Amino acid sequence: MKRVYPDKEYCIGCHLCEVACITAHSKSKDVIIAFREEQGKDGLTACKKVFEKGDICVAISCRHCDEPSCVAACISGGLHKDPETGRTVYDREKCVGCWSCLMACPYGAIKRHPTENKIVKCDLCEGREGGPACVAACPNQALKYEER
Amino acid sequence: MLFQPINKNYHEFCIERDPELCINCKVCVRQCSYEAHYWDEARQKVMHDNTKCIGCHRCEALCPTAALNIVKKPSDFRTNSLWRPVFLQNIYKQADTGGVLLAGMGSPVDIPVYWDRMLLDASQVTNPSIDPLREPMELKTFLGAKPRKVELATDKKTGKVSLKTKLTPQLELDVPIMFAAMSFGAINFNLHRAMARAATECGTYYNTGEGGLHKSLYKYGEHTIVQVASGRFGVHRDYLRAGAGIEIKVGQGAKPGIGGHLPGEKINDKVSETRMVPIGSDAISPAPHHDIYSIEDLLQLIYALKEASEYKAPISVKIAAVHNVAAIASGIARAGADIITVDGMRGGTGAAPAMIRDNVGIPIELALAQVDQRLRDEGIRNNVSIVAAGGIRCSGDVIKAIALGADAVYIGTATLIAVGCTICGRCYTGKCPWGIATNDPKLSKRQNPDIAAKKLSNLIHAWGHEIEEMLGGMGLNSIESLRGNRDKLRGIGLSDTELDILGIKHAGR
Repeated sequence: MKRVYPDKEYCIGCHLCEVACITAHSKSKDVIIAFREEQGKDGLTACKKVFEKGDICVAISCRHCDEPSCVAACISGGLHKDPETGRTVYDREKCVGCWSCLMACPYGAIKRHPTENKIVKCDLCEGREGGPACVAACPNQALKYEER
Repeated sequence: MLFQPINKNYHEFCIERDPELCINCKVCVRQCSYEAHYWDEARQKVMHDNTKCIGCHRCEALCPTAALNIVKKPSDFRTNSLWRPVFLQNIYKQADTGGVLLAGMGSPVDIPVYWDRMLLDASQVTNPSIDPLREPMELKTFLGAKPRKVELATDKKTGKVSLKTKLTPQLELDVPIMFAAMSFGAINFNLHRAMARAATECGTYYNTGEGGLHKSLYKYGEHTIVQVASGRFGVHRDYLRAGAGIEIKVGQGAKPGIGGHLPGEKINDKVSETRMVPIGSDAISPAPHHDIYSIEDLLQLIYALKEASEYKAPISVKIAAVHNVAAIASGIARAGADIITVDGMRGGTGAAPAMIRDNVGIPIELALAQVDQRLRDEGIRNNVSIVAAGGIRCSGDVIKAIALGADAVYIGTATLIAVGCTICGRCYTGKCPWGIATNDPKLSKRQNPDIAAKKLSNLIHAWGHEIEEMLGGMGLNSIESLRGNRDKLRGIGLSDTELDILGIKHAGR
């Protein structure tokens, strides 16, 4: 399956992928409204995070693992592996906010929702034309959406 | 308002942040290597300090909401044609520091740009133009000494004709544009690699500059010109044999008569390994080569390098365009050089004393015309190829340079602009926000060699197409037919002396 692969060699730590992620997952799809209103009101958060240490930075998001630890750890059936697309899918309705997935994920790619007992996780911008928004926004092609 | 010393008050730029658009995403904070943007904890929003802005436009380019504008500071000194703001600012700085003013990139002073005062010919009714989309166009150029005459031998048995004359080594260019000498150290490894890849893809050459050649780039050697400068950094037998051509750098257009200085901060482990200098120590290449004090000395070095490369690589000598450049070039040709590179005063550099950069040297157009004419007059033009450099901005400049007598051109600043350079002129600080003139690992990452190589080869291809179009318009189908063909040029608004030096007629004649 196609995944988002970060390249730490060329990640410049601008965090534009996070901006793109927030906008793509907003109701308005407008960067200014998403940041000004939806972030505070709806707890809109980026599904990905740029980790930085010294010169090294890398944008991490869900790896959609073949055998995801988060799915194995999920007690409510809120996470499952879609056999057709290969994606690790999150069902917000079923999630009980136990954070088991959060602890199980070896990449630290799952975040807590800031205001609700839910999680925030990459859905590869499902349904978005042109693939994940973070990849399209990366100014240095440090994110690649491809089959490997 | 607290007191500000005068040199801090008269900064050049102002950051305009549109509060309607700014979303406090901090991209500008992370991108500004001069820390002009910052997160204000007390105000809980992104703020900026105008005095730190150097006008590189990086923040503006990456702002996701286009909330930023970098503008010249509107407050200006009282208008005075003699004491222009730059002189006042320079005096303020020097009164504070007591030091030589440094500057990066080429001279911004208002000296005539003769490219803009020359116009090309175009075919009309009596001589047809050529459509380059339908007719073959030849941009191939060979650099190196050409034989005075060519002798052929015929095999009596088979009747097969072969070349009897032994040709000297040549550099074969698919397009008469090369990437100018920019050393690894002055620019970072990512860009050096990108230039090597682009040169290989476009069938042209890039020049290592005086910084040596990293072992991992030896595979691009067939498209590399290795430079031997006065510091002799990274020069050894394998290096000399790795390149397709060797260039002796005597002078540089951006700072004629001045040596190079790579500050210790730029010398990391990779630069140290390539240059063969200790990590963190300044790499100083003196202005003179300490074994060249005459044309005879230069001859010795040329032949030493020919020996070292087993006579397989043409030897180029690069000089800055200065007074009497034609006589100097004649001497170089007679010393056995295969290529002469003439670098005009608008050439770029990582660092030069500002006064030298702005006041020494001459424009490449005048130097080129004179060198070509002198070598022709002396009947030795075929002994050398001429490469023009220093302020080539577009394909129009390239074609005019060739009509004035160049075999090919070097592009340096244009190369950097292609990968994002905004000529902010602060290369010497090592904090290049575009990740070009820096070896800071965090900043040099900003140049992804995949993107950079693509942009560079796109630029060469684009200029190549434009050159074909212009050649076709003139009714020529090869770049060879244009070389030194000054009848294809006309001057506009130039004095008789200028026209005489350039060897062209005025428009209308």
